[in-house]
Amino acid sequence: MKKVGNHNSFSRIFFLCLAFMLTFSTLSFAQDAAKGKELFNSNCAACHKLDGTSTGPALRGVAERHSADWLHKWIKNSSGLIKSGDAAAVKVFNEWKQVPMNSFPNLTDEDIDNIIAYTSEVKAEPKPGAGGAGAAQGAATDNGVSNMVILGALAVVLAMLVIMLLLVKKVLSKVVEKNGLTINEQKSLPIWKAFVKNQFAVIVSVITLILVGSYFAFGFMMQIGVDKGYEPIQPIHFSHKIHVGENGIDCKYCHSAARTSKTSGIPSLNVCMNCHKNINEFTGHPDSTYVDYSREYYTAEIQKIYDAVGWDPIAQEYTGEEKPVKWVRIHNLPDFVYFNHSQHVSIAGLECQTCHGPVEEMEVMRQHSPLTMGWCIDCHRETDVKINDNAYYAKIHEELSKKYGVEKLTAAQMGGTECGKCHY
Amino acid sequence: MASNKKYWKSVEELNENSSIVDKLRNNEFVEEIPTEEFLGDKNTLSSSSTTRRDFLKYVGFSTAAASLAACEGPLKKSIPYVLQPEEIIPGVADYYATTIADGFDFTNILIKSREGRPIKVVNNNEEGAITGANARVHASVLSLYDSLRLKQPKIEGKAASWSDVDSKIKASLEAAKTAGSKVVVLTNTMASPSTNKLMSELQAAYPTVQHVVYDAVSSDAALDAYQQAYGERALADYDFGKADVIVSLGADFLGDWQGGGYDAAYAKGRVPKNGKMSKHIQFETNMSLAGANADKRIPMTVADQKLALVKLYSLITGSSVSVAATAADAEVVKAAQQLKAAGSAGVLVTGIDDVNAQLLVFAINQALGSAAFNPAQPKYVRGGNNKEVTQLVKDMNAGLVHTLIMSGVNPAYTLSNSAAFLEGLKKVKLSATYTLREDETAAATTIAASTTHYLESWGDVQMKKGHYSVTQPTIRPLFNSKQLQEGMLSWLGKTESYYDYLKAVGTGIASGTTWNKLVHNGFYTYEAAGNATATADFGTAASQLAAAKKGTGFELVLYTKTGMGDGQQANNPWLQEFPDPITRASWDNYATVSSADAKELGLENWFVANGGMNGRYISIKLGDKVLENVPVVVQPGQAKGTIGLALGYGRKAGMKEEMQVGVNAYTLYNNFNNTQNVTIEKTAGEHEFACVQLQKTLMGRGDILKDTSLKTFNDKEPKVWNIKPHVSLDHQAVLASTVDIWQSFDRSIGHHFNLSIDLNSCTGCGACVIACHAENNVPVVGKTEVRKSRDMHWLRIDRYYSSEDTFQEDVETKMAASGLMGSIETFKGLENPADNPQVAFQPVMCQHCNHAPCETVCPVAATSHGRQGQNQMAYNRCVGTRYCANNCPYKVRRFNWFLYAQNAEFDYNMNDDLGRMVLNPDVNVRSRGVMEKCSMCIQMTQATILNAKSEGRVVKPNEFETACSAACSSGAMTFGDVNDKESEVAKLAEDDRMYHLLEHIGTQPNVFYHVKVRNS
Repeated sequence: MKKVGNHNSFSRIFFLCLAFMLTFSTLSFAQDAAKGKELFNSNCAACHKLDGTSTGPALRGVAERHSADWLHKWIKNSSGLIKSGDAAAVKVFNEWKQVPMNSFPNLTDEDIDNIIAYTSEVKAEPKPGAGGAGAAQGAATDNGVSNMVILGALAVVLAMLVIMLLLVKKVLSKVVEKNGLTINEQKSLPIWKAFVKNQFAVIVSVITLILVGSYFAFGFMMQIGVDKGYEPIQPIHFSHKIHVGENGIDCKYCHSAARTSKTSGIPSLNVCMNCHKNINEFTGHPDSTYVDYSREYYTAEIQKIYDAVGWDPIAQEYTGEEKPVKWVRIHNLPDFVYFNHSQHVSIAGLECQTCHGPVEEMEVMRQHSPLTMGWCIDCHRETDVKINDNAYYAKIHEELSKKYGVEKLTAAQMGGTECGKCHY
Repeated sequence: MASNKKYWKSVEELNENSSIVDKLRNNEFVEEIPTEEFLGDKNTLSSSSTTRRDFLKYVGFSTAAASLAACEGPLKKSIPYVLQPEEIIPGVADYYATTIADGFDFTNILIKSREGRPIKVVNNNEEGAITGANARVHASVLSLYDSLRLKQPKIEGKAASWSDVDSKIKASLEAAKTAGSKVVVLTNTMASPSTNKLMSELQAAYPTVQHVVYDAVSSDAALDAYQQAYGERALADYDFGKADVIVSLGADFLGDWQGGGYDAAYAKGRVPKNGKMSKHIQFETNMSLAGANADKRIPMTVADQKLALVKLYSLITGSSVSVAATAADAEVVKAAQQLKAAGSAGVLVTGIDDVNAQLLVFAINQALGSAAFNPAQPKYVRGGNNKEVTQLVKDMNAGLVHTLIMSGVNPAYTLSNSAAFLEGLKKVKLSATYTLREDETAAATTIAASTTHYLESWGDVQMKKGHYSVTQPTIRPLFNSKQLQEGMLSWLGKTESYYDYLKAVGTGIASGTTWNKLVHNGFYTYEAAGNATATADFGTAASQLAAAKKGTGFELVLYTKTGMGDGQQANNPWLQEFPDPITRASWDNYATVSSADAKELGLENWFVANGGMNGRYISIKLGDKVLENVPVVVQPGQAKGTIGLALGYGRKAGMKEEMQVGVNAYTLYNNFNNTQNVTIEKTAGEHEFACVQLQKTLMGRGDILKDTSLKTFNDKEPKVWNIKPHVSLDHQAVLASTVDIWQSFDRSIGHHFNLSIDLNSCTGCGACVIACHAENNVPVVGKTEVRKSRDMHWLRIDRYYSSEDTFQEDVETKMAASGLMGSIETFKGLENPADNPQVAFQPVMCQHCNHAPCETVCPVAATSHGRQGQNQMAYNRCVGTRYCANNCPYKVRRFNWFLYAQNAEFDYNMNDDLGRMVLNPDVNVRSRGVMEKCSMCIQMTQATILNAKSEGRVVKPNEFETACSAACSSGAMTFGDVNDKESEVAKLAEDDRMYHLLEHIGTQPNVFYHVKVRNS
């Protein structure tokens, strides 16, 4: 018997699985379900799920359907088994659209037993009340409460100070009264009357007011039409936080056009289906920091992709009923601006985050930058042209940098602030 | 002073006892206003839940809500593909090779496609391609998005399904077969091997089927002549690049003569190289493009041309045919001598619609041993058979035709005897037409089958011997349409698609390549030997031609305009607004009359206060046919006693109202002969033209369009024929280019774009104008706006006539003028073009001055200069003061007086969803109140730079292009980076012929011209 590697999960799994193991198989007790999980994920998960169909059937409890011996043969050489005319093998082959299963001759018997052990585990019931959303909200409330306590304490302290001052004043005036003294209050002009009399002060303050007022009015005007922070509700709740932040998918995997085209391209649904053909439910841990909503919520959103692309997850085939997704466009440049992604992404080698912000942390995508002309120009003035190994720049960069007497040219010095470069 | 006048409101007041007057005097309103009813009823008032305050609140709230709602930005949706096709990357253009073969224009082209939409036609410059897209081909992409296209098949005017259409036609074919009666398939020239094969299969299945080919504008005489001489129905090909002496008798070979497409080779021989260039002599009636480019142009009636041709024949071949003399016999003899001297380097062509004349051309060219004349590899781009068409109309009227199926033709409009055709159509049991729109023919046939545009179709075409081309679709059919070949397959009961059928035929012909390669290139060339020796009785032809009777009255010569062609694209606003290269009038056809005849008949053109040109009307009478209200343009160079009239106008059915312009000249196209003897008569009325150029002459300003003779060019120093302007500096004459009141910017680093325009090779065809339209989303403004000089063309081709016989003499006349009155008289005289003037074309667009006068006057710095030499226009910055346009010495800036997109007042392509699909997504659509102009296609130069950057290489020499330079098949426009010494344009900039427009004002333009040299 092997040593159990995963102590933490062992105790939990042990009790849950005990009854199961005793009832069905003494063999499985000898196997390592944790190792099996690892093997399952690396070899089987592309086509099989524990629960629910995928390219192949669900594998939970597969040992109940087939003998261990048969499974060994099948996994090592499925097509051979079908050819030999094994009734069960032929039946499975026909049932699953005659798509042959890959053979895994490199898996040892022990490995296969481990996988079977893993598939024989009883499905863990989700813990009640441990939804992702609840957890996230809890965290938020916790934070809020601590702030409230501090603020409350401060308010109490302030109130006490005020009361103490009032008390002191009262005591002092009582003292004055007792001693028969009077307070000699000087008669002076109220401050506003004095102000009105001083014409210089009036003029200065009026001018100041006008200047300050116009400053703010200008500021207000300038932000009209600037949609920084625009965060519309999308028809499908797509979490960049999960895809980019947690799963580490490269931006340009989905937005592949950014490399070659002026637009970054909203990925077509067939790109989604590259992964979501298999990933039909959200299985992220509800306690994780990247989960803002419940598992059911995310799973329902995945279902929306299937509806749009016309994918029947049960029959595992496309129905042909397509319903294109009408995303709400977030980054809107006016028509008179020409912007080219490939110039910035492929040639200048900018990170997407430079303009789009920390997308990997955004549960809901929003506009990070103001996308104003000033913002564009600022960057062009500050950013050096990336000339690495690009033969195009070799001559022009050498000549221009000599002319301007600089080591490295900025985009602006290359002509990147000319009107016609973006407006035509 | 008090007035005693009394004013009466009505007659009733005169009646003193009228009760009505009394009543009205006391009542402000005639009828009782029910205020009491409402206000008097306390109950209603108090029970009303809306108080006055509430009402105001509601009003206030709704106003506030409305204004708040208006503040919110619009929600923009973005809809990606569900399944993205692999070859499409949104934002990146794809190019597909295809071939246009619409019965009139035949060319190999590339189609630029964005997100699956064809948006532009580009020349296919692959070696061996038949290239040279003209203005109509460039505009054909807009005809695809015509909102008035027939969107589904119709039977008797009611929408029907394709299965109904096919079964109906099939049933009719079967019925005709059993009855043994005639079935005719009437098509335009398709020259399609696969269609011919399909047709023979159809004839095998239905033996009574006859295929009749019909060209709206016929080359039947030339086809007949070729058949007689060489035994095949085709057209001899010419390579004018190989000719030193070109003599043309009425052949507008730079226009649409015998299918056109000769400009590129012609222009090659027109650029002086080693002191040599070709000499071109043109005898013609109308002022044509070829005539305008000729070194020597002799106005001559067609009747005289016939005699001249016989004379040329007898002089060159040495055969003695007695022929009457013409007025210009000296010129004819001279031309014959020059041709003879040139020998194999000479070539003669003619456009006379006469078999004998066409036969003599073969004889003369054969006698010369002309290298430019190529009868062995003939062209198949015209195939119309007039005898068969005439017979068809007769048969129809005799009730002999059971079924008539048409495709790509509109005989109800284009036949001169269209009435007889329509009458005969009634006797045909089943008639069907495959048509793009509900035209005149479709309205009269049982079935109107919506056919596909060539950009939606598969097809093949054999344009010439040894050259096979394929048409591939670049977009799925926009409507429920099918092409004729699909129908034929279905009548034959075949289940295979036309694509498979075509592929089988295509791979059979293009045996040396793969199907994919064939479709990729768009064409395939192979060795095919043809008959090179003409055998025919030329002597008889000559004597018959010499005996040809001269008609009486005016000689009407029908021609096709470069913009409109045979009129099948008449609903294309780009082409309607395209100014004719010669008359510079748009949105019209008109009778061109010589000034001598005009004087006699009292015809004239004059200008009115708003800058528009007006003219008189005539009626043209041919036999019992009268064409009324034909506007007149007095045309310098028109042969006396002749008038010209363009075909292709006057269409009504299936057209937008704005496009229904002009008169239908096809009604005068009797017996498919372009020359008719007519009588004309001045009629009442004034016609309003939309002419974009009213100043016809250069007024002796030789510095604008520099022009010299080959002799001067060869013998003298450049400073003689390319005078550099001098200005006064410190009372000394110095070269204008050395004086500068501006600070110069060093442009030696990076790219510096220049555009070179060679006035020798520019034929004025105008392909660049339409290419610019397509590339830069230039709006169409309509006839009334063009008339007000508000046309938006970024690129215009100025046409100048000489006032004396030559431009040189104009300059001399101007110089000789002295004294105030003398000068005034001289200049007045210089305004009028000569009767047979020299003609010159000069394309003018923004000159992109390095020291631009427009830039300094813009109050908001909306126009500024780029380092790469382009004068940039930031539309979003422009506030529309129009100072820049006032300060531009070249008058190339255009102002958006109105919003031309999505505005029902300008119901052209930008006003409907379909028409807007042609817009270039990389170029902004300008709004009202904004100045615009040529940008030197900055979107294209930037794209070229970006391509080089992403491939990590330097830009290749000659890689830069603009829309106009790319469209120029004659090589007159060359664009590039002058800092790249390897590039063509850098070499052209160093050429001795180079000059700048208005050089003396010191604007230092980035567009330069090359002095026009004439071989005269």
